[in-house]
This record gives sequence, C-alpha cells and structure tokens, in this order.
Amino acid sequence: MILLRKFYYGDYGESKNGAADISSDNSSSGVVTEWPLWEVFIRSKQGLDHKHAGSLHAADAAMAIENARDVYTRRMEGVSIWVVESKHIHASNPDDADALYDPANDKAYRHPTFYNLPDAVKHM
Amino acid sequence: MEKNLETVFQDKVDQEIKIEPKDWMPEKYRQTLIRQISQHAHSEIVGMLPEGNWITRAPSLRRKAILIAKVQDEAGHGLYLYSAAETLGISRDEMYDQLHTGKAKYSSIFNYPTLTWADIGAIGWLVDGAAILNQIPLCRTSFGPYARAMVRVCKEESFHQRQGFELLLTLSKGTEAQKQMCQDAIDRWWWPSLMMFGPNDDASPHTAQSMKWKIKRFSNDELRQKFIDMIAEQVKVLNMRLPDANLKWNEERKHYDFGKINWEEFWQVVGGNGPCNKQRLDARKKAWADGAWVREAATAYAKKKASLNPSKGGTSETV
Ligand SMILES: [Fe+2]
Ligand SMILES: [Fe+2]
Repeated sequence: MILLRKFYYGDYGESKNGAADISSDNSSSGVVTEWPLWEVFIRSKQGLDHKHAGSLHAADAAMAIENARDVYTRRMEGVSIWVVESKHIHASNPDDADALYDPANDKAYRHPTFYNLPDAVKHM
Repeated sequence: MEKNLETVFQDKVDQEIKIEPKDWMPEKYRQTLIRQISQHAHSEIVGMLPEGNWITRAPSLRRKAILIAKVQDEAGHGLYLYSAAETLGISRDEMYDQLHTGKAKYSSIFNYPTLTWADIGAIGWLVDGAAILNQIPLCRTSFGPYARAMVRVCKEESFHQRQGFELLLTLSKGTEAQKQMCQDAIDRWWWPSLMMFGPNDDASPHTAQSMKWKIKRFSNDELRQKFIDMIAEQVKVLNMRLPDANLKWNEERKHYDFGKINWEEFWQVVGGNGPCNKQRLDARKKAWADGAWVREAATAYAKKKASLNPSKGGTSETV
C-alpha cells in the first residue's frame, strides 16, 4: 500500500520559496504578496481534452482567464480555457514512481497483442 | 547517498530523460538553471523596450500591427520563462527584485539604442535571428519546464526574424536615403548581435558543466559561427554588406572567417556601461513602481470578493 507522505501541487513546491498564496494572510507584515499562481488548461479544438498549457499569476479566476487568453491563445491555439489555482493541484510523489507504476510492467496480457490468434479469425 | 543520487541524475540526463521539478537534482544544477532561465526571462522583458520605442512611430498601420504583435510575443516569452524558473523554487518577486537591483543580468544587446526605423528590421533579422539559434537547441534542454517553455517560444519566434528581414528588404529597395538607413542599422547591430552568443569558448568556464548536464548543447563559438554563415549569405539578398573587412568564405573550413570581436566593449556593456543600461533599468523599475497600486487593488478586490462569496472561491458569475 502506498502512503501519501506529502501533498505536492503541480510543478510548484510548498516550500517557503514557492508560490505565494494570498489566502494565507501574510499582508499583516505590510508587504503585498504576489498574486497567486494558476495553472492554465486549454482545449485546442472542440472535441479534444483540455491540456496543460502553462501557468501565470493573477489576483482571481477572471483575471487568470483573461491573461491566459492573452498569453496562450493568440494564434488560435484554443477554444476553451480552464484555470485552477496551483495550490489546489495535488500530485503523486516522484519518489513513489517505482512502487506506483512498475507493477504494470509485467502485465503484458492487458494488451491485445499478447494474444496469438489464427489468421482465419477476422475482425478481431 | 548524495553520490548515488547524483549518479542516478546523470544517468537520466545521459539517457535524454527529462528532469522534472520534483526530481532530485544537484544544487548547482538548480542554481545554474535559475540563473540562466531568469536571465533569459529578463532579456525577453527588457527586450521589449528598444522595440516598443518605435510602436507609435511605425510608418504604416500594417507595420504597427506587426510590431505590437511581436512585442506582445516577447512579453509572453518572459512569462513562460519566469514560470519555468519558479518551478525551481524561486519566486517571481525575487526574480524581479534581482533584475531591479542589478543582481541579475539580461542580454547586453538590449542596452543599445534604436535610433531609426531600420533598427526594428535589424533587430528582427539579427537579434531575433541570433536568439533563435540559441533557443532551438534549448527545446531539448534537460530540464522539462525549460524545454517546454522553449518549444512554445520557438514556435512564435520565427515570424520575428522574417518580419525583420522583410522590413529591411523593403528599405533596401527604396530611396537612396532608405538604403542608407538600412545599411547604417546593419552596421550598428552586427557586432553586438555576434556578442549575444557570449564569450569565446576558452573564456567561458561553465560551458563544460552545462554541456554535461545537457542544459547547453552547443558551445558559444559553434553557434556564433553558424549564425555568421547564415547571415553572410542572407545579406546578399538585401544587397547590403556586413561591416567586417575580414569576412570571407574559407573553402577549407567550409565556414566564413570573420574579424575580431571587441570583447572590451562587450564587458563594458555587461558591466553596466552600455549606451542605455541606465535607461532600460530605470524604465523597468518605474513600470514596477507605477504598477504597485494596481497589484494592491486587485489583491484587495479578490480578497473582498472571496470573503463575500467563499463557496465560489472568489469567483462570481458576474465576471
Ligand atoms: Fe522572444
Ligand atoms: Fe523574438
């Protein structure tokens, strides 16, 4: 069983040097913090999935979408935009990659090519 | 243990497996990347200034629209690169601060002035041209977020060089005064654009390490030679000349030979004594200071909205 030892969000860490977060109020120090970081997902064409395009800072979701439109869709790269604040993204830990993904390695029988059938069998 | 991690890391790099932000990496690798990527980002941002200088004076609506589009692209390039650097654990504000305090450098080419409209063409052709040669191999650089940012940048970059060449081509077929303007711009931008590739290989001590880590794929001199070979041919189409009496095809080397680069000038400009260093930095600092109230107001507005409607996480349908 895999224990999630730590939550990560996206590519950005939760270290003190990581992206600032205005929801944790540190404005008491009188220092204006950075706008939060958002992840941008773009649907390039109707019928396709939204795909991660990049990230940007914005004060709120509306600004994030506006900025994403300006930065990521200037050449008709998209027909729809999703934004989510980076801190809401949880990621698997790369240190667990072996345990998480290796078990699939020896299960070739999950693939159709594993099965040898006579040529006489059509349409399968 | 440390040794072991380092071996695993280098094995990955050797096998062309990308390094992602959460993977273990040597501290020097992280620092080198932060320095290089942030410097690159700063260059994109400061690079908007010399060209922005001509937006209001572009000679036609067509040229103005093109120039605005190009400058806007550069802002985007800055953003992609800042984001990539942030995955390494440095904040955006820290990077801005390093730029504004002079701790971080940007490409010294942008410390030269844009004196005439032809400079906009020369920048597109030579400066973006040199940048592209640097950037194409970076699409395969070992750090994932940097490589992905560069793929995006390179896609947008090719029109920059083409519009510059086309601009010069138009001038080169114009009046005597326009031809002169074209030649003059080439004369002034040629040498600084050669310096964009950085010092000679024997004078750049970090190259070997960066090559081993596959941050860099070609040496400064290799890329510079490639650029010269390319431009020496293209300039013929313009019916102009490059300001180097020693520029000559070398049949044996299958490359163009070229004259001595004035490295003294290069180090002067890097050191802050170029024609526009102060002006560029002042413009960036002013923009940052003048924008402070906007950043504060937007933050205050977002907080207020979030507190009024917490279930929506600060978003409302009225946006
Ligand atoms: Fe650029
Ligand atoms: Fe460019």
